[in-house]
Amino acid sequence: MSEYILEMNNISKEFTGVKALTDVSFKVEKGEIHCLIGENGAGKSTLMKVLSGVYPFGTYTGDIVFEGKVQQFGEISDSVKAGIAIIYQELALFPDLTVYENIFAGNEVKRGGVIDWNRTIVKANDMLKKVGLDVNPEVLIKDLGVGKQQLVEIAKALSKDVKLLILDEPTAALNENDSENLLELLRELKKQGITCIMISHKLKEVISIADRATVIRDGRTICTLEGSKGEITESTIIKNMVGREIDDIYPKRPDKKFGDKILELNNWSAYDTQLGRYVVKNVNLHVKKGEIVGIAGLMGSGRTELAQSIFGNPKSYKLQGDLFVDGLPQKFSHTSDAIKAGIAYVTEDRKGDGLFLAQDIKSNVVAANLKGISRNGVINENEEVKIANEYKASMHVKAPSVEQLVGKLSGGNQQKVSLGKWLFVGPKLLILDEPTRGIDVGAKFEIYTIMNKLISEGMSIIMISSELGEVLGMSDRVYVMAEGALKGELSIEEATQENIMQLATL
Amino acid sequence: MNLFNEAKSLLKVNIREYGMYIALFVIMLTFTILTDGLFMSSRNISNLLDQTGYIAVLAVGMTLVIVIREIDLSVGFVAGFLGAIAAILLSQAGVPFYLTIPIILVLGIVVGMFNGVLVAKFGIPSFVASLAGMLIFRGALLQVTEKTGTIIIKDDNFNAIGNGFIPSIAEVGGLHLLSLILGALAIILYIYSEINKRKNKIKYQFDVVSKGIFAIQLIFVSAIIAYVTWILAGYNGFSWTVVIVLLVVALYHFISTKTVLGRHIYAVGSNPEAAHLTGINVKKITYIVFGSMGMLAALSGILYTSRLQSATTTAGTLFELDAIAAAYVGGVSSAGGVGKVTGAVIGAVVMASLTSGMNLLGVGISYQYMIRGGVLAAAVIFDVMTRKKRG
Repeated sequence: MSEYILEMNNISKEFTGVKALTDVSFKVEKGEIHCLIGENGAGKSTLMKVLSGVYPFGTYTGDIVFEGKVQQFGEISDSVKAGIAIIYQELALFPDLTVYENIFAGNEVKRGGVIDWNRTIVKANDMLKKVGLDVNPEVLIKDLGVGKQQLVEIAKALSKDVKLLILDEPTAALNENDSENLLELLRELKKQGITCIMISHKLKEVISIADRATVIRDGRTICTLEGSKGEITESTIIKNMVGREIDDIYPKRPDKKFGDKILELNNWSAYDTQLGRYVVKNVNLHVKKGEIVGIAGLMGSGRTELAQSIFGNPKSYKLQGDLFVDGLPQKFSHTSDAIKAGIAYVTEDRKGDGLFLAQDIKSNVVAANLKGISRNGVINENEEVKIANEYKASMHVKAPSVEQLVGKLSGGNQQKVSLGKWLFVGPKLLILDEPTRGIDVGAKFEIYTIMNKLISEGMSIIMISSELGEVLGMSDRVYVMAEGALKGELSIEEATQENIMQLATL
Repeated sequence: MNLFNEAKSLLKVNIREYGMYIALFVIMLTFTILTDGLFMSSRNISNLLDQTGYIAVLAVGMTLVIVIREIDLSVGFVAGFLGAIAAILLSQAGVPFYLTIPIILVLGIVVGMFNGVLVAKFGIPSFVASLAGMLIFRGALLQVTEKTGTIIIKDDNFNAIGNGFIPSIAEVGGLHLLSLILGALAIILYIYSEINKRKNKIKYQFDVVSKGIFAIQLIFVSAIIAYVTWILAGYNGFSWTVVIVLLVVALYHFISTKTVLGRHIYAVGSNPEAAHLTGINVKKITYIVFGSMGMLAALSGILYTSRLQSATTTAGTLFELDAIAAAYVGGVSSAGGVGKVTGAVIGAVVMASLTSGMNLLGVGISYQYMIRGGVLAAAVIFDVMTRKKRG
């Protein structure tokens, strides 16, 4: 039995009423590669943020023992000093600075308070050699591909004498070749005695690289699988990852009647000119009247991009393929065209691009359909209050009045306002992007009930969701997306958590 | 006692808005006491309002520009330049004044739209785009006034805009009759619309303030209108400048609070991404707001040129900063989506009152700048504090 470099014992963490972590224990042996696995929102990132001091000592309960000492990290720099480095999914590099400036950013090579740039470059070269990256240290970060940027991040971590390296989905944005190189590098670092924690969704990678793997679900440790005992297999991981029972938190819909196709996409692709790649590839899909179509997949699989490319293309992707609404070909040049054609899109990030947080409930509810409360461009404010009150009542928005600022509402109530705004437009097709992310079970149930009611009134819904339970509990048909393409279509009868997860991690 | 409690809670909720009026009241009262009533004399108030005019219209437009999270630094010299063009049209090209004014206003819209295109279409930060405009129009102003220097305007109609007063019809006990009639009309219109609003709300079964508070509100506002009318009627009555500013404020207040266009402007300022995903054309709104700013800059140029009865080589210097200061004193927020055009006008009057009062007291110009800077900072601090408390 080798000794533990890290022991996290009985960690609990709460965000204003929501338990993110409950009694989590997580032990990492010295010199191993340990994978941390779980669905989106299971609590992996929160656990790593507790470890790295993003959530400082005192905001959680439980102990962190690193190298035999109980640690109380007050801020990130404390964990860095102890030898823990974390590399996030979104790289924390400065795109307009050079490779060597990035490697030593925050850890500058100084002589008498002045930076010694020559020595910096020499040391940067050493680090680059260590990670097997053959680039001139004087090139700018933005001129490197994502795979090489990832290696620069690792070089940066190594420059700080790291003992424990944490990688949060390091291969999410990488192609297969780069991914393979990265995994090879991790094995190399392991030989040099560096312990590594890797968060990953790609099961094949986990199986190929992990010495041990810990599964987290709903903020609790489920189990730790031993690679040496042959426990790390696709089926055991998936079983432990999704294990939750689907009970009656999903209200039933008695009569299912489907009509004609409301939306159809043929060979639909979207090219992001800024990223220089296709974010949606060759998608063929349709939605019938009265149907809830689930789109499952992991974060970054292109689901939001697909939704936005349908909804008037606000990010100005280059679009290819055909889009039919009610059987008629359509080309939307602005979101307002899509709204006119009867499509509504409730965004994934309600605070970022969904709501006007500094405005009150009533202004938000009527924002997408001001025509409905105005005559000759002049708004009838009384009508506005009346309508806002109706939605507030029918959707059970908990707020003292419709004059309450939306920024002060809870997540669930914000989501209801966001939904109400689109219902007031009266669309034929409602696209819901992660409709229940970050809201509590009670509010979730209410939102599902509203969805069922809308369907019974003849609306159609596309529901994008990372929560498999929700996809299975609410959809009539499921598409699974990965890397911008549809990897499969499943009827609700044949869909299971396991086969969806399989397609999504393909 | 109940009435008192209701008033207290109203004051608490609307502290930010009322705070500005209270500040204006305190400033005016202080100066009136310090100058033995000279500050509140008919002549001084009339002058003060006329001097505020060309900044007030800029502040109105600037408020909307800041609401959509942009800025326009070019407005000062655009006003100066277009004022000079007006002078040239009138005194050198012989264009009649009723044609000159629409031409200048249209030119202003074109200039503003151009700024809007730079910002919305090419994605140039508005600070830089309008800074470039500021330099360009400063140069253009010098160019057109280079040969002649100051251009004197002899057109009486045009000069009346900045210096004249509405006709009196008759004098009643030394008071200006038409102004009195207009003041009375304004009071009647105000009371009528407020009662109508209240009736409508009751019809929709919404909460309304109690009858007592409602009556006090009506009497209070009517009294202020009456008092201002009375003061102005004691000198020469309403000036054309005051009438124009009031019309502009009324129009912009209506557009910004009661129309779909106004809602779209505030939505874009509040969250541009969400606005886009709500089906609002963010670019179009940007063009419109900058276009309106350009038009108001042209109007400001007309007011200023006409007040001086001439176009000078330095006209418009620092107007933009006075307008921005007025907008911030009036409660606009650079975070976007918050701010009222009525606030901006009160802000402009606050700043002008400070200048006027300190001039009467003979305060040195160096202290004047420092005090005005202090008031600007204090207003924004008050704004941030009250907003934090609410949010």
